[in-house]
Amino acid sequence: MSIVDAKAQKDIETDIEASIELSPPPAGDGHAARLGLDVAAIRADFPILQRKVHGEPLVYLDNSATTQRPEVVISAIADFYRTSNANVHRGVHALSEEATAAYEGAREKVAAFINADQTQSVVFTRNTTESINLVAHAWGRKHLGEGDEVLLSVLEHHSNLVPWQMLAQATGCTLRFLDIDDEGRLRLDQLHEQDLDLLNDRTRLVAITHVSNALGAINPVREIADAAHAKGALLLVDGAQGVPHAPVDVQALGADFYAFSPHKACGPMGIGVLWAKRDLLEQMDPFLGGGEMIRDVTLERSTWAQVPSKFEAGTPSVADAVGLGAAIDYLSALGMNNVRAHEQRVVTYLLERLQELPFLTLYGPRDPQDVTTRCSVASFNDNDIHPHDLGTILDRSGIAIRAGHHCAKPLMRRLGVMATARASFYIYNDIDEVDLLIDALRGARKVFGLPA
Amino acid sequence: MQGLDELYREVILDHYRTPHGSQDVSDPDVEVEGFNPLCGDELKMRLRLEAPAGAADGGNGRVARAVGADHRIAEVQIEPNGCSISVASASMLAQQLTGRTIAEVVTLKETFKEVMRGGDWPEGTDFGDLEALEGVKNFPVRIKCALLAWMTLEQALAQLAPDAVGEIEIDADIEVRTAG
Repeated sequence: MSIVDAKAQKDIETDIEASIELSPPPAGDGHAARLGLDVAAIRADFPILQRKVHGEPLVYLDNSATTQRPEVVISAIADFYRTSNANVHRGVHALSEEATAAYEGAREKVAAFINADQTQSVVFTRNTTESINLVAHAWGRKHLGEGDEVLLSVLEHHSNLVPWQMLAQATGCTLRFLDIDDEGRLRLDQLHEQDLDLLNDRTRLVAITHVSNALGAINPVREIADAAHAKGALLLVDGAQGVPHAPVDVQALGADFYAFSPHKACGPMGIGVLWAKRDLLEQMDPFLGGGEMIRDVTLERSTWAQVPSKFEAGTPSVADAVGLGAAIDYLSALGMNNVRAHEQRVVTYLLERLQELPFLTLYGPRDPQDVTTRCSVASFNDNDIHPHDLGTILDRSGIAIRAGHHCAKPLMRRLGVMATARASFYIYNDIDEVDLLIDALRGARKVFGLPA
Repeated sequence: MQGLDELYREVILDHYRTPHGSQDVSDPDVEVEGFNPLCGDELKMRLRLEAPAGAADGGNGRVARAVGADHRIAEVQIEPNGCSISVASASMLAQQLTGRTIAEVVTLKETFKEVMRGGDWPEGTDFGDLEALEGVKNFPVRIKCALLAWMTLEQALAQLAPDAVGEIEIDADIEVRTAG
């Protein structure tokens, strides 16, 4: 596995606060202490980046939707099926033992990667959405009722909104919403506004995204955790856009539940993660019933397996867990601090260049010199071209961006738009691809006969 | 940028910049709103009809009756909000409707849908600007954009003259609501 330039290998162990405070890397190439990534070497690890789209080299800028996978992840999945495939936790034969060891080994890797207190607090699901639904059912339906409140924000992905709407319908609890400011940052001041009373003694849960998938702002999770805990509420963090982009320490963040999707971090689709504090998992009822999640079954009733098996009914996606383990190894070798530094460098340049274009409206935090709480994703609109037209035109240049509501329709309404174009960068994207994006945005103006 | 000229023809961009059908229809016989919730495109459509000569007063040996296939579209108002393809398609539709009978409009709608599904324009008839939309069928994800106005029209007509329209197709991605 080719990876990083040796200088960048030094992965500083740090908590998320420190990573967020990371200052932008010093300018100039070849600085000895510089954090960052050897993008050319990384690109060689991703077979799909060799392909062409409409005859042009692929410029993949839809990483917030899903990233690509390196060869090591693809081959880990294939090798599992070639050499060790069996069902887990029940066979006494060699293959089943190997498969179980691989599956549980992946759990250990996840636990270490997010600094979970215990390996057994890591539950495998299908994706972030399922992880959040698990909490809404297994914790929410058991513990919430009329008069209880769940505090969300207007910028949540539908995956951290709809499960709570369903919970509110089922239990009579009330949903409250934090607003954002003009740059798309959470209005944390509202947490302390007496008149609004958003966070109060009735608040049982605060559920907030770690990083906005549409706008890229990194939310101050620790501060929210402290405010929530002071009112006796728990904190759920939607980490779908957190884990891929920065070192995450679920304990330092002060989270009680943390959910993420490995496919947004070089891992396979089809497997998701829920980490929760062990005592919460112990108190919760199961989510789905069936095989694997039971201790004993009679015709009349059943008792539940230990955590985390209690929440993993049915045959899990073992190969995907193995692929997830390989993705974590890959990112760990790069060093998440290097990933974060690289993204800061790219987003600084991205914000500078996008703001050179007078026909563009940019959404979200826009200061190129202040990217310490900003991921490498930008949402924007050409003032004269609909984002779907922009998406089609860029696609013909081989550039994949997302156009639409980004599964955050309430946020789009809050911004007063139907849709936006979104370009999201990852470890294999470099600033030359920012230039290609800018050229293509100008080119789209020509297609529409507009001044570029 | 491969194939884009085929999609973004000048006539399409002209309709996008200055869409037809913007004149107010103050006393519409039907008013509907069409949405594509997947992409957020939407449009409002108001139609005023005219009965065939003599039908309204029961003259000409016929009695006054409900809206039928020979009623004509007297006025069209469309307010589109979306991408260039959905706006241009709505504008071209507005351009085509005025003066046509419901029967003629239903035939045109079926022809257009057939072309979007990969068919060819029937020979011997001039479909005017609409023919420029043919390029859309090579961009499968954009076909829904071109169809939004037509699916909305279909449901508007079905409310007025169900027998003349026949069975309408319910598209999973396009939602039409009666306005008001």
